[in-house]
Order: sequence, then C-alpha cells, then structure tokens
Amino acid sequence: MSVEIPKDTWSGSVRTVTLGATAAAGGTRSHTVTVGGHKALPFMHFEQPMAHRPAIALEIRDRRPDDWSPLLLEVWGDAVDDPASWAIAAEKAGADLLVLSLSLTGLNGHPTTPEAAVAAAKAVLKTSGLPLLVFAPGQADLDNQLLVPVAEATKGERLVLGICEDKNYRTIVATAMANGHLISTRTPMDVNLAKQLNILVRDMGIPPDRVLMDPTTGALGYGIEYGYSVMERLRLAALQGDGNTQSPMIVTPGTEAWKAKEAKVGQDVPAAWGDWRERAITWETLTAVALIESGADIVVLRHPESLRRVRVAIDDLMTVPETV
Amino acid sequence: MPLTGIQIYKLLPKTNCKDCGLPTCLAFAMKLAAKQMELSTCPHVSPDAKSQLADAAEPPVRLVTLKADGHEVKSGNETVLFRHEKTFYNKPGLFIRVQDDEASDDIEAKVSAADIYTVRYVGMDLTLDGFAVQSASGDPAKFADAVSAVRATSHRPLILIARDPAIMAAGLRAIDGESPLIYCADAGNWNAMADLAKQHSAALAVCADKLDELADLTSKLKTKGINDLVLDPATRRLGESLIRQTQIRRLALKKDFRPLGYPIIAFPGDASDLTQESALAAQAIAKYAGFIVLNRFAPEMVYPLLVLRENIFTDPQKPIQVQPGLYEINDPKPGDPVLVTTNFSITYFSVANEVEGAGLPAWLLIVDAEGMSVLTAWAAGKFDAERIAKAVKETGVANKVARKRIVLPGHVAVLSGELEEELPDWDIRVGPREAVDLPAFMKQVL
Ligand code: B12
Ligand code: SF4
Repeated sequence: MSVEIPKDTWSGSVRTVTLGATAAAGGTRSHTVTVGGHKALPFMHFEQPMAHRPAIALEIRDRRPDDWSPLLLEVWGDAVDDPASWAIAAEKAGADLLVLSLSLTGLNGHPTTPEAAVAAAKAVLKTSGLPLLVFAPGQADLDNQLLVPVAEATKGERLVLGICEDKNYRTIVATAMANGHLISTRTPMDVNLAKQLNILVRDMGIPPDRVLMDPTTGALGYGIEYGYSVMERLRLAALQGDGNTQSPMIVTPGTEAWKAKEAKVGQDVPAAWGDWRERAITWETLTAVALIESGADIVVLRHPESLRRVRVAIDDLMTVPETV
Repeated sequence: MPLTGIQIYKLLPKTNCKDCGLPTCLAFAMKLAAKQMELSTCPHVSPDAKSQLADAAEPPVRLVTLKADGHEVKSGNETVLFRHEKTFYNKPGLFIRVQDDEASDDIEAKVSAADIYTVRYVGMDLTLDGFAVQSASGDPAKFADAVSAVRATSHRPLILIARDPAIMAAGLRAIDGESPLIYCADAGNWNAMADLAKQHSAALAVCADKLDELADLTSKLKTKGINDLVLDPATRRLGESLIRQTQIRRLALKKDFRPLGYPIIAFPGDASDLTQESALAAQAIAKYAGFIVLNRFAPEMVYPLLVLRENIFTDPQKPIQVQPGLYEINDPKPGDPVLVTTNFSITYFSVANEVEGAGLPAWLLIVDAEGMSVLTAWAAGKFDAERIAKAVKETGVANKVARKRIVLPGHVAVLSGELEEELPDWDIRVGPREAVDLPAFMKQVL
C-alpha cells in the first residue's frame, strides 16, 4: 500500500535574525548566531529544511544572585561573584549566547547604577566573544536608565536589549535603533498582545530583522501549557502569513523552572519527588525541550547540565532522518 | 473524520425514490451528515455502502483500552493536532519495562516500587499505569516466569514484548484470562501474532519502519478481525520520532487514513543516552504517543513526566480550579491567621501544601478569581480589595477568629491600602511573594 504523506504548505515564514556583530560588521564578537528563517513547523525536515537551529543562551548576572537555588550557586562556584568570569564559565559550558540579567539592586542594597550596568556589560564583552543579550530588571523607569547607557557604550555590537514591554518599549527601541542593537519584546502569554506590541515597536521604524519576541512561558507544573499553546499558535499564525507574529521566539525556561519549588529546593519536600539535582535538571530540561518543539528559537537556561542535555536533544532534532 | 453530505450522497442509490420521506437522496445525505436521521431509514442502501458509512462513524484514532483488575489505560480517540484547537483527551499510559533475564528479586523490587508510587500534584494523586515485560533471554519459560513475577507484584495492565510467537504464547499463558497489549507483529510473524491476539482478546502492537509497511500490516490484521491495534513506527530518536508521529496523526485526522488510525507506542527507554530518556518521553507525551515504555523507574524522572502529562492534557478552555471558600489547615483556632489567595488550583495547592507541610494552623480564604493565579487575576481585575472583602463577609470568617489578621500574597502588596478601607477593623499584613517563604514568615512575623 502506498501512503501519501500529507505535507503542509505555508504562505508565510519566520524572519531571520542575526545576533552579534563581528569586527567586519562593526562589533567585537568572535562569531554571530542566526535564528529563525523557518518555512514549516519545527523540525518538519520532510517539508522544508530547518533554516537555523534553535540556540541556547545561558543566563549570567551582574552580581551574585540573592534568590538562586543553591544547586545553581554550587555549580557556578565563585564565577557568580564576577560577570566576566561567569561569562567565561558559561562559554566553556557550551552556550551559544549569553544573557546578562541586571539586578534591581547592587550587593549594597541600593538600586543598580548605570555605571555598574555598563561596567558589567563591557566586562562580559571583553572576556567572551559570544553574542550578548542584556536584560534589565523589569521596572520600566530603572530599565530605561540602565539600558540606554549600556546601548550607547556598546554601539554596533548587535546586542539584544530586553525586555521591551508595552510600558517602556519607546526608549528601548529608540536606543537600539540609534546604536545598532536588537530588541526583545515581551507580552504575557497572549497572541493578540504579542501582535499589538509588535505593531507598536514596528511603528517606530525598527527594522524587522532586529526584533525577537518573548511570548512568556511558565515552568513545567506552573503554567507551561499556556506558554506552549501560545507559541504553537504564534508559529502557526506566522506560517499562515501574519506579519506581526513572524519574529523568532525567545523564552526563559531557566528562569521559570528554577522558580518552581521542585527545582529550587531540596529539603522538606515529598520523598516521591526523588533526587533533588536530577529532578531540578529534568524540570529545566523538559520545560525547554517542550518549548523548543512548540517553536522556541532561543531558550535561556541556567544550569550547565541542562544546557548539555538540551543541546543533545537539539542535535538529534536537527538530524534529518534518512528513513522519513 | 465524519463524512460530508456529498461524500455520503455518493454512497447512496441516487434514485430519489423518496422512501425515506425526503424528496432526494442528497437531502437525506445532508440529514445523515448532520446526524438528524438514521441510515436505516433508507431501505435501499447496499451492504457495501453500509459498511463504509459505519467505518466513517468511527473515530479517526481508534480507542484502545487496556484493562487489568481495577486499573485501565485508555488511549486514542484524539481529534486534534494541537491542544489549543480543542483539547487532548486520553493521557498516554506510562509503563515501566523489565527484562526476563533480570534476577526475579530485582524485577520484584523495581515493580513493587513503581507500582505503589504516587505523587500529589495540585490535589491529584498521580501514578504510573503499568508494566512492560520483555523477553531478552529467548527462553519461553523464563519469559513466563518474569510475567508471573510481575503479575504477582502488581495488578496494573501489562505489555508483553517478544517477537517469537512461541515465547509470546508462553507469556500469555502465564496470565491466562487477561487481555494485555502484545508487542509486536511484524512482516514475519504477523499471522501467528494475530492468532494469539485473537485467542486472548489482546490488543496487538504492529512494528515497521516504513509507513506503507505499517499500513499493510494493519490492513491485513484488520481483515483477520483484529481491531485493537497499536502502531510502532520503529523510530527511537527525537527527530525521526517527532516527524513520524506527526505524519501518523496527520494522516489519521486530516486524511481519515484508516490503516494508521491507531494509538502509537513509544520507547523512550531505548534511548542510547540515558539522560535523553526523559526528553524522549516528554516529546512522546506532547506529540501523540498513546503508550510510553520507560526503562528506568526513578521518581525524579517520573514525577516531572506525570506533571507534564497533566499539563498537556488539561482542557485549555478550563483552568483547574478549586472551590472558593474558607479552608481550615491543621485545625486552626480563633487565634490563628487568615491567609488569602485565589482559586486557581496551582496557586491554592502551592500555599496549602506549604502551610500544611510545616504543621502550622491557619484559615485559608480562597477568593473566587475565576481560576486565575494571583498576578494574572490581579492584572485581569479578578482579585482586588472588593472581591477579598466580599469573600471575608460571605464566609463569615470574622466570627471564627479572635484576632482579625489577614495576610495578602506579597505579589499584590499594592492591594493593602484599599483593603484597609474595605475591612477597617482588620489588621492587613503583606506576606512574602512566594509560598515557600510562608512558614518562616508565619513563625517569625505573625
Ligand atoms: C499562566 C499565566 C497566565 C495564564 C492564566 C493562568 C491562570 N489560570 O491563572 C493566561 C495565559 C490565561 C494569562 C492571562 C493573562 N495574564 Co498572565 N501569566 C501567567 C504566568 C506565566 C504564570 C502565572 C502562574 O500560573 N503562576 C503560578 C502560580 C502558582 O503563582 P501565584 O498564583 O502567584 O502563586 C504564588 C505566589 O503568589 C504565592 N502566593 C499565592 N497565594 C499566596 C497567599 C499568601 C498569603 C502568600 C504569602 C503567598 C501566596 O505562592 C505561589 C507560589 O509561590 C505569569 C508570569 C509568570 N511567569 O509568573 C503571567 C502574568 C501573571 N500574567 C500577566 C498578565 C498581565 C496577564 C493578562 C492580564 C494579559 C492580558 N492583558 O490579557 C491576562 C489576564 C487574564 C484574562 N484577562 O483573562 C502578568 C501580570 C503583570 C503584573 N505584574 O501585573 C504576568 C506576571 C506576566 C508578565 N510578566 O507580564 N496569564
Ligand atoms: S430512500 Fe434512499 S434511495 Fe430513496 S430517496 Fe431516500 S435516500 Fe434516496
């Protein structure tokens, strides 16, 4: 019996976005990372070759985090006290990209200063050749105060500046455009909100190949199904030709998974949860793999072993099978 | 996929004889498609058309049920490719595999640990579904012993794995009277396997690495009267499995392709890299497997998989909620504090579990926030001072406590001012942001 395999044909495609600029392009990165470009649903190689593989970013911070799980602090060791060393460690662990998250306050308890933010970003750029994403703490006013000087001090690097939300996108988009950077937009798990924010940032004139979108996700057990489905819907809309959903998608399974008690805590938890370290890494890995299959182009992780496992999974998903 | 009126019309006599009471065969076809009339109303339908129409009434992915002593696993009957289109219905069964060349003590230890394993997640007790017993020794007697050993330890449904019909027969005899899933029929052994499946009313898995071969096999088995079939497309890696399983689901749903309209069985336990077993199983859950065979029983792997399965199979239209109202945690007394949160079940259980686990007594006031988390509900205007005050009044909690202290989730500290206005005689406290920090807060601050 001959079986005719149904193939989807799509009128739209996901845009291609390149992160980082090498010396030739006016930056200092040792290489660039390109994502997106898809003309079919993720890993459907029999319909269209996957233009670019999903990339894995590791999250590092400008200073020792207060609220990270002991498992993470242990695995990164002293590197967490210094963003430059942390960047080297993350690069060694195999990251494609680095996300530098700026903290709300310094170790002294005072709000992070623009000088400190710039110093951290420059230190990371100096020690690591990986393309960099800089995420501000998530308070509109402070974010603007920190991101603008960072953008200016790193002109031409094609950094990704985040997070653009409906409250603060203007300043961030303007500084990204003035300084040759990219932006990442974030909306809370809603297809229409994602489209609206895309319209707003594009109205400011930012070229489409400088925009990533973060549709927001939840961790396994804490809302992953919403993030998963919103990403599937966004990717379907992009392929169907909706220009407001065609940016490559970035999500933060690391942040979300390590907030979950299952990953964060090892004591006073049910015996049925099993070994803490293995459970935590599985929590992060499964959250990431599920989201990659629903359309993520960049996943931001926290633990090096999760990165290793997710990379093995992506390698496998990218292998074009001969039999199918 | 149901037939359209036009498709049904093509199968009717097209004589417009009106015996059905309708003016034309087409009108009758339309009524049938809309399920407003019965096929039997037309006395002239040919037997062939009858069977085709009956086929069309079947679900695109056949429902296969494995039963054993009070436990059952149902798989199939799915209608969509993406959960947001409607919902996924039948959670894939998770099975732990043992080999017949393992020592029987080891088999029993593994099976009994997995059998009694339960873990609580948002108020539900999640468990594994059954066991797969595989012939590795090639010895029918050993296989039968292993099957008996597993059955002596667990009452859950079984999958028997052996390609040699003689070995399979021995395994089946060991659980005579039961209807397990037997794995597998292939191009070489399908006839004998079909006989065994028939004899024991067992469901039969079919294995082939090409879709046309798989379809050939299921068609032959169907003519032999075997209907409860399960597909193994013989892919063992993430990439190829994702593609194959997607193709099979699409063929079933979009093309109404009957020969592949069966649940799929996946073997994450065959992963070459041990750490990929969980990733393969996660993919199988989200992407269309109906039966999933794991090798390892490790709570730290099984718990995340059980949770993922709950998440992917929740109905996207209905968040899991708990009943709003006043909940008593650890026998609270009038002196104990009132904690307030929403009726989203993940939220409720995060808070209730912490307080209960720490052995601290408290009154937990659950506000009707339409099943949303604290911040979602707050952002949507479903969790505000007014609603909290209303819940305080409706539950009559004021009459139960001597000290009127109410603790807000830290994430909605902004509500405290308004709540003071709504509840002037209450002491409004702002708790920590995360429930994990609640016990310490209750001990130190309250
Ligand atoms: C899943 C989700 C959704 C789901 C809804 C899930 C649901 N049933 O609630 C969907 C996709 C539907 C959704 C929709 C929206 N969402 Co939403 N959503 C989330 C997400 C990703 C996770 C929420 C969650 O489930 N958390 C898990 C539960 C357990 O957390 P929790 O209820 O807060 O409980 C914890 C603590 O609060 C604490 N706690 C709870 N109770 C108590 C009680 C006491 C006494 C104490 C001390 C502690 C405590 O313990 C718990 C565990 O630590 C968050 C972002 C994120 N990653 O957190 C955004 C988020 C909550 N959503 C947000 C928004 C804006 C919305 C929308 C308004 C968007 C829109 N305009 O449409 C809509 C509103 C819904 C509507 N209009 O119908 C924003 C809220 C922003 C803000 N700070 O105000 C968030 C934070 C995302 C963001 N960063 O922008 N969302
Ligand atoms: S009874 Fe049958 S053949 Fe006659 S008109 Fe109705 S559908 Fe057509």
